[in-house]
Parts: sequence; structure tokens; C-alpha cells
Amino acid sequence: MKYVDEFRDPKLIRNVAQELGREVDPAYHYRIMEVCGGHTHAIYRHGLQDLLPPNIELVHGPGCPVCVLPMGRVDDGLSIADHPDVILTCFGDMMRVPGTRGTPLELKARGADIRMVYSPLDALRLAQSNPKKHVCFFAIGFETTAPSTALTILRAAELGVRNFSVFCNHVTIVPAIRAILDSPDMRLDGFVGPGHVSTVSGCRPYEFIPRVYGKPVVVSGFEPLDILESVLMIVRQLRAGEAKVENQYHRIVPWDGNKAALAAIAQVFELRAFFEWRGLGFITQSALKINGAHAQWDAEVQFEIPGVRVTDPKAAQCGEVLKGVLKPPECKLFGQECNPEHPIGALMVSSEGACAAYYRYVHHAQPVRG
Amino acid sequence: MCLAIPGQIVDFSPEQPLLAKVDVGGVKRNINVGLLEDNEVGVGDWVLIHVGFALSKISEDGAREQLRMLEAMGENELAIEEVRGYSFGERAPSAHEAT
Repeated sequence: MKYVDEFRDPKLIRNVAQELGREVDPAYHYRIMEVCGGHTHAIYRHGLQDLLPPNIELVHGPGCPVCVLPMGRVDDGLSIADHPDVILTCFGDMMRVPGTRGTPLELKARGADIRMVYSPLDALRLAQSNPKKHVCFFAIGFETTAPSTALTILRAAELGVRNFSVFCNHVTIVPAIRAILDSPDMRLDGFVGPGHVSTVSGCRPYEFIPRVYGKPVVVSGFEPLDILESVLMIVRQLRAGEAKVENQYHRIVPWDGNKAALAAIAQVFELRAFFEWRGLGFITQSALKINGAHAQWDAEVQFEIPGVRVTDPKAAQCGEVLKGVLKPPECKLFGQECNPEHPIGALMVSSEGACAAYYRYVHHAQPVRG
Repeated sequence: MCLAIPGQIVDFSPEQPLLAKVDVGGVKRNINVGLLEDNEVGVGDWVLIHVGFALSKISEDGAREQLRMLEAMGENELAIEEVRGYSFGERAPSAHEAT
């Protein structure tokens, strides 16, 4: 219980912030990327940037599943709902993500049978209770969510449910980090590593970042003190001339991840040769598809998917914000045409999207201190 | 999206060993424990729940901390709403759900 109480102590937060002030090289401008959208949300909600020395800049990363899904993929998924006798299901976050013809919520209002579910298992159950319909689950998410989809497909196989399929958009975080590191317009000094993704993948997949690119990675929890401590650990590594993977969130994240969850992923999915990410373009081996043995439950096999590529609305700069090149308010549409009530880009939809978090806590309200 | 919700296991389904009843802030729902290693969890254990599945076993302290983190993020109501929404393990599927 001890550390639980410690985390609530604002004095400790001040101590870490002061310690950071002592450790940084005042002549250097640090750029540290928090990969995970949950961290981005926490940083804005708690105004953590203001607690850091001014020469540490937090750069927001691509770890928001709905944000990185390109509009063409949203359209592809929604095209499945055009088929008669199909119920398309998705998580709540997806319901407000705009496709070319509108959001799933808007299409539903126009008569498409699109329903929100909280679990892929709810979609499977819907298929069981609607034997004359086909139920498709629009699957999104990183390694945190992919094992649940995998187990749902295995359960469908076990129960022999044939009127169920998954439109798979699961992506993996490591190739996206590599793409950002290889991007010529991006200078980063280190990474605050994702928390819940790492409960599944463990910390080893990040080892190439210090080994190949010489940058520190610290897997971090989501409390204000966790994030500050992780930044401090990164700064200390840089100061010592070191680069390694550290696990600040070891009370939740096992170093080797969740073997059963990784096995479920391996049993049902295979790597796609490439997949398009909003803002980052095509990244090789960055997404999962359902393997041949489970093609019966693969919506891309069961339906003809148009496979369209749609460019983002011209003025929207979601891609630049996703890559960390621009901060949310630097986008021309931010807070004007694009706002949480009428989002143009997905970054304004999800609570993990940098634009939604910035709008809510910085642009529109006084920062909330946790 | 990446909401991870702490819950305490209070019961296991006699018919389906992979279904466990959890208590999340007083809301009791069935979740799937198939992503945990065999025999890893029992009644009284705490788990981290994501989209209807137990993602990992955590300590009681870890669970309390996660709860407080959800509160600090303003996401505790969202978490309860999500758990309340899990319907897959509640009763046998029936045709009248078709609407």
C-alpha cells in the first residue's frame, strides 16, 4: 500500500520535478516521445508539461488505435454494413470516427445496422442470437486488444458459429516506432514506452531502440508521478551516455509480457506485408491479418472490400500531429472546423487522441491538476 | 480504447471454466479469463480487464492504484459503463435480442 499513498503526494511530484531540473543539461533541448495515447491524455489532463523544465519537450506519438486508422480503412469497414442482413459492430470510440460517407453513428441514423459493443465476445453473442444475420466485428487496437479478438475467433470456431466475421485492423506498435525513428524530419532523444500494450508484449520488443538507434526507452505507468519518473529515468540515461530499456511500470508490466496472450495472437493472426497508417503512410509488417486456418471468420475473405485509399481532408494535418511534427493547435483546423462536437480527424474523437486531449484540457478549460 | 479496468474475481461459471464473475465497483459481470495462464487465478484474485477479457493478474495494491488512476483520468464512470455493457456471459442467447 505504501507506494499507492506516495503517488498521491504532490510533494513527491514536486521532488521529482526538481530532481529533473537538476539532472537536465540546460543547454540542450530534449525531445521525448510518449508513444501511447493514454499517456498523452494524462499529460494534458494533469498539465505535466508545465512541471517539466522548459527544455524538455514531450512529443506525442502514434499510440491511439482509432487515430492511426486511415479513412480508406474506415470506409472499407463501413462498406460491410451495406450488405443486406449484416450487423456491423464496433467499439464506442469507432462510432464517431468519420469516413467519407460519415461516421458509423451517422450511417446508423440513416438506417445501416451498426451497433456498439464493449467486447468482441458481445459481437459473437449477437451472431449466436441472430442466426439469420451475419455479424461482423470491426476490430481495431494494438497488442492490448488483439489477443481478445484472437480468442473470440477461436471461440467462434469452437462453437461452430459461421455467421460471424472480423474486419481486422489490429496494428503493432514497434514498426510504427521504427518508422518514426527512420523519419528524416524527426529528432527524438528517447521514448516513454506504452503501458498496457506492454502487459501483452513485454519489454523485449523495444530492445532494438537502444541497440540500433541508441535511444533510451522507459515503459511507464499512467499516474502523473509515473510519467515524470519515466522522463527522469530517460534524462538520467542520456546524462550517463547510456541507452537501455527500463520498466518503470513493473508492478503491472511483466518483462516477458503475457505468453498466453501472445500465443493466442500467433494462433489466429499473421503479419500483413504492409498496412497504411494515417500520417505515417505504408509501414511494412505493421499490422495483423487473420490467417488462412481462420479465413472462415475473416471479413476480408467473406466480403468484397473495396480497398480504397482516401486522402485526409486537405486542410487537416492529422498526419503531422500523429508524427509529432506539429502540436495540435498548430493545425489550421484545430478548434475551428475540427472540434470534439464535429471532429474532422480521428485525433479529435478519441480521448487518447492528442487533439481531443489538448482541446479539452488546454484550449477549452483550465488544466486539471491531479 | 486502451481502458484497463481492475476487478476482483468472485466466482467461476460451473459450465464454462473460462468465464469468471468479477466485481468492479459493485457491478458484477462475467469476463473471459482465457488469456491468463492455466490455473493462474482463483476467487478473490484481482485482474486487469480489457474489452471483456482478463489481461493480467494484479495485486490488490495494483488494483487500488489502477482504480485511482481511472478516477484521476476521469474515466472511472466510463469503466463501470463498459463493464455493465458486457453481456456475453450473462444468460443464454435468445432470439428476442435480435432488435
